Amino acid sequence: MRNFTNLFGGKKKSATMAKERLRLVLIHDRASLPPGVMDQLRDELIEVISRHIEVDRDAVRIEIVQDGRNQHLQAEIPIKPARVPLTD
Amino acid sequence: MAKTARVITITSGKGGVGKTTATANISAALAALGNKVVCIDADIGLRNLDVVLGLENRIVYDLVDVVEGRCKLRQAMIRDKRLEDLYLIPAAQTRDKNAVSPKDMIRICDELRKEYDFIIIDSPAGIERGFKNAIAPADEIVIVTNPEVSAVRDADRIIGIVEADQKGPAKLVINRINMEMVERGDMLAVADVLELLAVELIGIVPEDQAVLVSTNRGAPIALEPKSKTGQAFRDVARRLAGEEVAFSTANGGGNFFGRISKLIRPKAGS
Repeated sequence: MRNFTNLFGGKKKSATMAKERLRLVLIHDRASLPPGVMDQLRDELIEVISRHIEVDRDAVRIEIVQDGRNQHLQAEIPIKPARVPLTD
Repeated sequence: MAKTARVITITSGKGGVGKTTATANISAALAALGNKVVCIDADIGLRNLDVVLGLENRIVYDLVDVVEGRCKLRQAMIRDKRLEDLYLIPAAQTRDKNAVSPKDMIRICDELRKEYDFIIIDSPAGIERGFKNAIAPADEIVIVTNPEVSAVRDADRIIGIVEADQKGPAKLVINRINMEMVERGDMLAVADVLELLAVELIGIVPEDQAVLVSTNRGAPIALEPKSKTGQAFRDVARRLAGEEVAFSTANGGGNFFGRISKLIRPKAGS
């Protein structure tokens, strides 16, 4: 049965799942930032930046990255190419 | 010659990971190495270090008796039956943690520092008063965890609290690792836990039924020369005493250790 599940899509090892889940949980625990607040932060950042420059909303990525026990908020905010109107 | 003891608190956040067992074994192993050691049970109301060490029948006074002035500090210190340089100050069983304050713990440890090499404090689970009492006098913190999600998460919280409290970077003992489960991918490996927690490793202790047997007898497994688990605790003691001791391959050190060596010590400035 186990091999059968592995053949179709492959079941992840439970230790791998534990590590992946812990990685995310620890990031949010350390920053005292519940996962839901990240979405809010993302929306607010886009709103502020959009006042000055047009960004590609769907491609914006914001995440907390770990470096040892330090954490950084990392944002990737692609800018839409400026549409320069053609003048006669 | 005047001594200046190092005060080391053993804590974990989560209950049931093996703090008391680790305290008993590390204390016994340090004493067997020739150090003068006092261990203090800071788990007021739920004392257990006495039974794990097999000293429960000798208790007359306890930590709260000392704090409230009913006896001298020396009267509450029980000498171990096997090791003449190992002493226990038991917790009170019929009181709660508010009977002791962080200041009391600092005062008691300062009184002991001059005459001993190590003061090892067994912290209660949680992050409340009992935990604060236990870490108040500490020079160093040892965190015990199991390779399991809730224990690792709680360990991370404690590491953060200890860092914020300026107790220096905590050191980690990974207890109850089962290498068969690690090998089939069903238990976090030592390298995984270290990568997640990013602190210095000072011990890998295998899961071993013999620990329960030794607790039944009230005789720390660290004093059984042939036991691998006993050896793992003796290695923790030697590392705490400043020796460089390689991690054994059988316990998930060895080849794992090569991969994780960069993760063992947190980066400077962090």
